[in-house]
Amino acid sequence: MKGSVMSVLVVLALVAQDRVACGLEDKSYDYTKYHTMDEISAWMSQMERENPDVASSMIYGRTYENRNITLLKIGFTGATPKKAVWMDCGIHAREWIAPAFCQHFVKEILGSYQTDPKVNMLFKNLDFYITPVLNMDGYIYSWKDNTTRLWRKSRSPGTGNCTCFGTDLNRNFYANWGMVGISRNCCSEIYNGPTPLSETEAQAVTDFLGAHQNQLLCYLTIHSYGQLILVPYGHPNISAPNYNELMEVGLAAANAIKAVHGKSYKVGTSPDVLYANSGSSRDFARLIGIPYSFTFELRDEGDYGFLLPEDQIQPTCEEAYQGAMSIINYIHDKNFRGSAITVTATLWTTLVASWISSANVF
Amino acid sequence: MQSVIRTHLESVSSHSCYATELSFINSSTRRRSPPEWIMKTFCSVWLLLSLVELRPALPVSQETPLACRGPADPALQQPETPEEMDTTGDLEPTHYPARRAATVALHYLNTRHGSPYRVFGLQQVHKASAEDVAAGGRKYSLDFSVTTSPSGSAGPALRCSAEVLFPRTEQHTPPDVQLNCEALQQLNSTAEDEAFYQKYITPDSAVSAQYLPDSYGNMSEDMQPFWRLARVAASFIMLRESSENTEFNMAQVASITQQESSEKQLMLDYVVLLHDLPSQEIIQWKLLASWSPDSGVRVLQMEWQPRCPHATKPPN
Repeated sequence: MKGSVMSVLVVLALVAQDRVACGLEDKSYDYTKYHTMDEISAWMSQMERENPDVASSMIYGRTYENRNITLLKIGFTGATPKKAVWMDCGIHAREWIAPAFCQHFVKEILGSYQTDPKVNMLFKNLDFYITPVLNMDGYIYSWKDNTTRLWRKSRSPGTGNCTCFGTDLNRNFYANWGMVGISRNCCSEIYNGPTPLSETEAQAVTDFLGAHQNQLLCYLTIHSYGQLILVPYGHPNISAPNYNELMEVGLAAANAIKAVHGKSYKVGTSPDVLYANSGSSRDFARLIGIPYSFTFELRDEGDYGFLLPEDQIQPTCEEAYQGAMSIINYIHDKNFRGSAITVTATLWTTLVASWISSANVF
Repeated sequence: MQSVIRTHLESVSSHSCYATELSFINSSTRRRSPPEWIMKTFCSVWLLLSLVELRPALPVSQETPLACRGPADPALQQPETPEEMDTTGDLEPTHYPARRAATVALHYLNTRHGSPYRVFGLQQVHKASAEDVAAGGRKYSLDFSVTTSPSGSAGPALRCSAEVLFPRTEQHTPPDVQLNCEALQQLNSTAEDEAFYQKYITPDSAVSAQYLPDSYGNMSEDMQPFWRLARVAASFIMLRESSENTEFNMAQVASITQQESSEKQLMLDYVVLLHDLPSQEIIQWKLLASWSPDSGVRVLQMEWQPRCPHATKPPN
């Protein structure tokens, strides 16, 4: 009797310890709901605390309303600066599914790097720089009440005689600024700002990308809606030198997305599949030499648009994760060829070893 | 001041002038040899001339706020650098010209056959082509498939063909649509449409709601048919306002207020928010719609409503 009680207690203790080790307390974060900026900031601190070996935060700029623009840097620490992947979400305030995706992405990689050899290899060779909400001022404003939900731009006040607020951050970058797909009317949703980089948020990204130019292999910027993967450039007459490769990689990502829940994502330059535009962050990244630069426009295709129902957060994030990973793995394998072979060899060795050891039992 | 000059130099001058001026700024105490002096004079003159021409980027428009202005002429709300629409002949089905034309065809289809339990959505464009027409304008020929909500991609897809003519006139003229979908005649009013009608045609019915869906994309099941009816009613407006430079979707229903039924029609007052992709604008329309299973959806009144969220002062 005593022995069985003891063994039950031991089992319970082990289970409890296991749950604590996995971070599964009663208040686990709900990735299937939209979160306020405060919740997201708290979550970022939690990710840092729970994964001190691989995650750290960096403040790299300030918003107009003086908030700290923060990213999570994720990967194994290395002696020399590693190659890196950049991801930003929430340049446009009303595209709530985008920050939801950044959080999902972080959760996935932090949850799998210890068990998935491919992700483990990514952590070894790459750093991920992930900004869950870039346009914090706009995002917070879109949470204010029902009338502000569809806000898009930054929250800087208009200059001169302009009585309207905000500049479209994704028209404000130093990339063919002002040439096409913009409005000079400061009340327009695609107002590109009084001058390039007038917005501190765009300046922050520009500074970071510039400082890490030689490390960055990949620039991903997440938006909604439309179900598109966009390659540079936004100007109809300018082609990226690696356009063919970018299209191949983009189409492979769209296939990976479709395999998850059957959703079709169209791939092409913005002037082909969406509309011409200039001053985008994607274009700027490509212009300064980051070879693989993509915009993701997530679900849906116009039924709910920006107001994507919460029950679609999980499937949208799942498919976009496969799309992003398809791109990241391609880039990784291209740059770290030997590693791919090592991973495969390790897998095979492990399999053979376990077969031999199980064979020896008999 | 020095930093202003430096920024200006970086943006205007050639490398040699820049280098010369920069070295001048950095080491103003160094004595200069004659050739350098000549170079410096030349560059200074060039600098002065370019300063005269230099403007702070492009001028910022100072008109009254965009969404607050007069009648919603889509042309006013488009990017000031209109896209080049020279694609004629076969069109790439996944590219936007074909998709925009198909979207217009969808708006038309919804005005004719939409109902609380049947809203058509674009599944895929199979083939598309465009040609200029003699009277001025461009005609798109489309072969595409549509799905119906609520069943969406789970339900059957209908194959359609359409011709969409965008006139090219001074003032905006709505596009003209000729459309043919297979099995459309067989689509009768569904049992759910009938049940919905019976439930809300009662004299004391006075449904009202705001913000469908809510900020989280959520909506009670009861309100979904009203939301779909709004999409159908909004299609009348979206169809009328469309051009080759627009791509409309309904972003949200701001409010719905049921009016007293008239002549066996459900009467609904809606305020809808439309989203135009190219301009990214949110455009607000108030409309009065009627519906019955036999008559379909009709829009009796429509009124563009100025919306000035951009001009809101920040909270203290």
